[in-house]
Amino acid sequence: MSFVTRGFGGRRGVEAPPGRVPPGQYATSDFPVLSAGPTPRVELDEWRLTITDTRGAEVSWSWDELQALDSESPKVDIHCVTKWTKLDTSWQGVSLDTLLADVDLIGARYVLAHSYGGYSTNLPLPDLTGGKAWIAHSYEGRPLAPEHGGPARLLVPHLYFWKSAKWVNRLVLLESDRPGFWESYGYHNYGDPWREQRYTGD
Amino acid sequence: MAGAAIHGRLTWLVAEVVGLVEETPRARSLILNCPGWAGHRPGQHIDVRLTAADGYQAQRSYSIATPADGERVTITVERVENGEVSSYLIDEARVGDRFELRGPIGGYFVWEPGRGQPLFLVAGGSGIVPLMAMIRARLLTGSEEVRCVVSARSLEDVIYREELQRAAARRDGIAVTTTLTRSHPEGWPGPSRRVDREMLGELGWPPSERPLTFVCGPTGFVESVASALVGLGHEPERIRTERFGPTGG
Repeated sequence: MSFVTRGFGGRRGVEAPPGRVPPGQYATSDFPVLSAGPTPRVELDEWRLTITDTRGAEVSWSWDELQALDSESPKVDIHCVTKWTKLDTSWQGVSLDTLLADVDLIGARYVLAHSYGGYSTNLPLPDLTGGKAWIAHSYEGRPLAPEHGGPARLLVPHLYFWKSAKWVNRLVLLESDRPGFWESYGYHNYGDPWREQRYTGD
Repeated sequence: MAGAAIHGRLTWLVAEVVGLVEETPRARSLILNCPGWAGHRPGQHIDVRLTAADGYQAQRSYSIATPADGERVTITVERVENGEVSSYLIDEARVGDRFELRGPIGGYFVWEPGRGQPLFLVAGGSGIVPLMAMIRARLLTGSEEVRCVVSARSLEDVIYREELQRAAARRDGIAVTTTLTRSHPEGWPGPSRRVDREMLGELGWPPSERPLTFVCGPTGFVESVASALVGLGHEPERIRTERFGPTGG
């Protein structure tokens, strides 16, 4: 039982359907921005996405090559560790299943995602497959804005949103897990919002 | 970029309000006594959790305004429109009230005296709060040269105004410039426009000095300041940002 705070009734914010807002989160209609440093500016003709397999072999896509792949339009709820949840966000992007079909997955169990600007985050490989993750390049019908991770970001909506690396440019497949940026600063290694895995030990 | 800031589990602690400071018409500091608090570094924040009698809970994050001081933790909270937690902390909380918190959280937007390099701090509105923890730490034990630009809507909206003036008046290496973006008193000697590239070039360090820069404020402010700093030739890796949207609660 938690400690009751005198005088606090709660306003309960934006109305949300039951079962959609994880514990400790609140629904918002805004789209706040959080990043550790300046927003990198990446020209589309210089943009590349590279996936490195466990033997170091690389598969890489230019912007035009990414656009030529089948794209999907997921409508998902997103959950930021800073407590906001945004329901029914519409994205367009390429499923990781599509991209990984061209990659040798032998020995791969984890992924370290890297971004323009130096950010990184780690995930188990199964969290990127089976229709759960995308390289998203559009948001609400428009090209993804730089402050929200454009030209393209990882979209893994079932985990806290820091796992959805903005400005993603490289996925390194690994045999063993390696912490990314926030995971090295005390944030949870996995980050399941429904189990409220915000920080180490949660 | 190594260095785990949090070791082991962050447990919820019960903190008691032991002091209140009305900083501006829209911002208030709460001085908390928090048994079990293990200390923190300037720039870190806490999670606050409020629980209503019927079990409903709300959590929000707040920057710590002071350097480590035993079990004492001070936060400064700005009113957010319809913010259920900020309005409780500003309008309702009294000395003797208790609520839960846990932390410290964050290990990147952190500065401690002893790093040697010059420091550049750029604050928009209540973005001054974590930067004030750095200034206060510098006043206590540091010797680094600090330049600070504070942007506020009007003079009465400048949080810690007198303390910032006193810090600058010591003339021992801390320079503070305040810019007022919406209204300013007659004869205001400082700038009265949004922080722009020219202002940052004039009031900051040249990139050749390799300052460490911390920028905190609303999203649009941080976006524009960080981009301008990169445009002036500062290394992006030496610019650390913390942003808050209008939904900080």
